[in-house]
Amino acid sequence: MHVPDGFIDAPVSIAAGVAAAGAVAVSLRGARRELEEKAAPLAGLVAAFIFAVQMLNFPVAAGTSGHLLGGALAAILVGPYTGVLCVSVVLLMQGVLFADGGLTALGVNVMNMAVVTVVVAYAVFRGLLKLLPGTRRSVTVAAFAGALLSVPGAAVMFTLLYALGGTTDVPLGKVFTAMVGVHVLIGIGEAVITAATVGAVLAVRPDLVHGARGLAAPLKLRVGGELVDAAPAAAPAAVPAAARSTKPVWITGLVTALVLAGVVSFYASASPDGLEKVAADKGIDQNVKEHASAGSPLADYSVKDVGDARLSGGLAGVIGVGATVAVGTGIFWTVRRRRAEDLTAASTATANSAG
Amino acid sequence: MGAGHAHKLYRHGHSPVHELPPHCKLAAAFAFVVVVVSTPREAVWAFGLYAVLIAAVAAAARIPAGFLLRRLLIEVPFVAFAVLMPFVAQGERVEVLGMSLSVSGLWGAWNVLAKGTLGVAASVLLASTTELRALLLGLQRLKLPPLLVQIATFMIRYGDVITDELRRMSIARRSRGFEAGGIRHWGVLAKTAGALFIRSYERGERVHLAMVSRGYAGSMPVIDEVVATRAQWAYAAVLPAAALAVCLMGWTL
Amino acid sequence: MTPSPSSTAPASLDVSGLAYAYPDGHQALFGVDLTVGQGERVALLGPNGAGKTTLVLHLNGILGGGVGTVTVAGLPVEKRNFAEIRRRVGIVFQDPDDQLFMPTVREDVAFGPAAAGMRGAELETRVHEALEQVGMAGFADRPPHHLSFGQRRRVAVATVLAMRPEILVLDEPSSNLDPASRRELADILRSLDVTVLMVTHDLPYALELCPRSVILSEGVIAADGRTQDLLCDEELMRAHRLELPFGFDPRSVSVA
Repeated sequence: MHVPDGFIDAPVSIAAGVAAAGAVAVSLRGARRELEEKAAPLAGLVAAFIFAVQMLNFPVAAGTSGHLLGGALAAILVGPYTGVLCVSVVLLMQGVLFADGGLTALGVNVMNMAVVTVVVAYAVFRGLLKLLPGTRRSVTVAAFAGALLSVPGAAVMFTLLYALGGTTDVPLGKVFTAMVGVHVLIGIGEAVITAATVGAVLAVRPDLVHGARGLAAPLKLRVGGELVDAAPAAAPAAVPAAARSTKPVWITGLVTALVLAGVVSFYASASPDGLEKVAADKGIDQNVKEHASAGSPLADYSVKDVGDARLSGGLAGVIGVGATVAVGTGIFWTVRRRRAEDLTAASTATANSAG
Repeated sequence: MGAGHAHKLYRHGHSPVHELPPHCKLAAAFAFVVVVVSTPREAVWAFGLYAVLIAAVAAAARIPAGFLLRRLLIEVPFVAFAVLMPFVAQGERVEVLGMSLSVSGLWGAWNVLAKGTLGVAASVLLASTTELRALLLGLQRLKLPPLLVQIATFMIRYGDVITDELRRMSIARRSRGFEAGGIRHWGVLAKTAGALFIRSYERGERVHLAMVSRGYAGSMPVIDEVVATRAQWAYAAVLPAAALAVCLMGWTL
Repeated sequence: MTPSPSSTAPASLDVSGLAYAYPDGHQALFGVDLTVGQGERVALLGPNGAGKTTLVLHLNGILGGGVGTVTVAGLPVEKRNFAEIRRRVGIVFQDPDDQLFMPTVREDVAFGPAAAGMRGAELETRVHEALEQVGMAGFADRPPHHLSFGQRRRVAVATVLAMRPEILVLDEPSSNLDPASRRELADILRSLDVTVLMVTHDLPYALELCPRSVILSEGVIAADGRTQDLLCDEELMRAHRLELPFGFDPRSVSVA
């Protein structure tokens, strides 16, 4: 959901704006490196694609339908930097033209929906690709996982910003469970659609799936007219450059994950009173569950199975964060270790897959 | 961007607000929203004054109230969310019509609704008095990174083209008897999305080719410059300045 | 070879011994030789996959690095000349939506000259003239998306005319046009005082507009001569998968 004006207070909105501007600045540099002088038209067309594909309705059942958010898809198809830019531009235009998302909340929205989604999706995606065998099915599986985690990842980021600058008194644990719960559901839809779309592109033009270029490169020769592939001889020399170009993404992902894990679980367990109070009030509790977190396993967990509200609040935080972050962190570590081994072995395959 | 350039968001006119340079309007709308967001929620009257200010601008721009109100509907999903707040927020409670509501939740709902609505209204006024192209020039003038402006420009230019492609693909699907009716059809829809991506990307490459063929070397030539006189800036500043005065009163009274 | 109107000026286009293979190893051109004199209108015919687009992309240096040379009005197509070459060679691509990438017609037509550094009143005049030449001056402030296909194609021609090119290269100019738009475009092209190289499958259109044609087949120029002669040579046509529309007899047409 696009955050409107007034939901997050001014100082935090401004801070988020600064952070978003920084992330966009990094992405601008990265995108220029990824696409060179083609950056403007390609990213512009991809942004238009994201905008259009958000209008493609995926019927769920009984007249309801959902649509793609597109952050994960953009990250996997065109790379993290270009992905952040495309989604940010879509958000900017939605805010300015359609009043969808507040002008002052633009930073918040960019952080949630462009930066976190793209970074989480891409980090998980690349991480899984390293672990899984190099087949087309693995790419689809990794795309699924990346998209699945990217949406609750954005919800976690929202909760974090809410914890810092929320203007309402809704207890944090509740916001957290509601946001993450709902977004896990949305994430499942996003994951199915993203994986299927990536699979469809992969079947026709595997060379266009940025995140899977490593897989395609050794097997495929590029067809299209003006595209110029690096000559095979140049690959070993490209190892440091390639390693450098993906490292910031990894580190950003890792740091974001750790910060989210730390801060959110701290806040979640540091404000147990609200949860205690609300949990005591069965009527209200019923109300919230129906509206906000229907079907969320976390909501059930924190209220039903654990008697102690303090513990339950803490647990909700820890488990929720675990869902989005711990898995990712685990993958990071494994991958980073593997990477190190690979690098010392100076394997050309890694160079290709990292580029 | 389904509506494209003669977008339904824009209302053609020659009011003083329409004539203002786009970057002045962008800056004014943004400053206004910042001021609104910074106002203490207890100063209920201040939000009333903001609404009056917005109404005054709408009147100056000759935007009919009905048009403005219809466009405010974008907020609806969010209103539903705000309505929940008094039920879930903590703290002191009051009885309203037999329901126990949180006082701070009520304040929270009011805060979000008032500020959100004013924010939407400001954006709607901006979009309905400024042409798309002018908005992009305004963003460029406000020192948004050129690459970002270019991406936005291409997105606006090709939004319609790609949406049309999507529509044609949907017609082609339905002409062959396919009607998406549930999750089991997601595969087909995802194939549509995939094909759309490939078309978009390939078009991006062709556009790049066309640009290079006409001398593009990485930066867009400056064709239109929007300039604002001091008087225009001053005129645009009336709205945020008035709002700031209200805001300061809100903090001090 | 048709003699060029002024024998002292260098040919508008001179391609010699051009061979090119794509990075994937697929070779598209196998030694193309082609000279187009100033003011000539030449049709480039050939079956799909003959290398027509590859050749066109060599004319302004988007592709390169193979063997052979291309010169445009005496200037070799090399990296240091790219800015000038791209001003001199105006390519009109097949899909006008690719060509018209700016938000308004005026800005699109201004793009080329502005990229070359032109500004202000001079730029305005240039844009107006170019739009005038294609009869679209009244549409300057319209977004391209709101024009008909034929109008968009005409604006696409204006975008390159604004650069005052030495040679106009059109890729399938008549594709997707209704008969009226097709005729209007033909009138415009005839009225221009510029060298034209027209890549097309539309043989009647080639006959109508271009006194001379060349056939590109399997990466070489397989035939070069009067358009009417080539179209009447049934064996040649069949050998290169070129077919005339049903009921069209090139012999029955009197060409000026």
